[in-house]
Amino acid sequence: MPIALTFFWGFLFSIGVAVSGMTQPTKVVGFLNFLGDWDPSLVLVMGGAVTTYFILSRFTLKRDKPITGEKFQLPTRVDIDGRLIAGAALFGIGWGMGGYCPGPALASLVTLDTNIMIFVLSMSMGMYVYGTLDSRFTSEPDGGAGALEPPVIAIRQGI
Amino acid sequence: MENFTPVASLIGGVLIGLAAVGMLLFDGRIGGVSGIFGGFLNAKHGDTAWRAAFIGGLMAGGLVMLMLKPDTMTFGIDRSVLSVVVAGILVGIGARLGSGCTSGHGVCGIGRLAPRSLVASAVFMSTGAAAAIVVGEVFGGKI
Repeated sequence: MPIALTFFWGFLFSIGVAVSGMTQPTKVVGFLNFLGDWDPSLVLVMGGAVTTYFILSRFTLKRDKPITGEKFQLPTRVDIDGRLIAGAALFGIGWGMGGYCPGPALASLVTLDTNIMIFVLSMSMGMYVYGTLDSRFTSEPDGGAGALEPPVIAIRQGI
Repeated sequence: MENFTPVASLIGGVLIGLAAVGMLLFDGRIGGVSGIFGGFLNAKHGDTAWRAAFIGGLMAGGLVMLMLKPDTMTFGIDRSVLSVVVAGILVGIGARLGSGCTSGHGVCGIGRLAPRSLVASAVFMSTGAAAAIVVGEVFGGKI
């Protein structure tokens, strides 16, 4: 049952991303390039998502533990390091160039559009190569958010 | 601002927020797509099932929207193969190096007022705007 629910959250996320317009790179680029014909839609996407999460996560985190999971697995790191800045900077450049971030790109894969397939393949390669090199140098068990024990999250994760 | 879609974007945003809260309330996890997908690609210790389920849900949602409203699922910008490859690689490496993307940092992180996420989001919004402006205003929207 927990797996079916996780599938549902992915499904709902994807519907939200498509309804909001974020699966259309024209809207993302139209927001980021505010010197052009500006499309402020992304402000409302982020505003709606952040406000919903801000309010409901407060109530959620008052619980001792999640409903089906064993415990809340939240990043606890607060330091601002070079990797965070450099990673976010590179991510932003790619986002501004192609108009896709990972969620909308994966949701759009079903269109079998050549550009989208090339984007997802390139993004996956970037993630995989970085993950492989990272685990080789740091010998941590995993780089993925949520998979780590809290002390490891405290060391490695930032979100 | 002729492309502005305030109602649809607000509703979509609330749905994204609800999905991310669902991951937190039930699984106790951050609903960050790059963390979930990246951890799936570099999977170890058999924690791939829930990641695959979330990604499968993302694709199923995309399929439903493709059937109901195909115009919401179009690439629609003028890009060469090379620029799409470069953009994809930058997004992939950047999201992993920076520990998150627009969902992990932008929605969940800002929603929890996490300092690292506030900084990361400000940085990727800035470099994203810079890249989109250079592409749009210097290269005329074609790269």
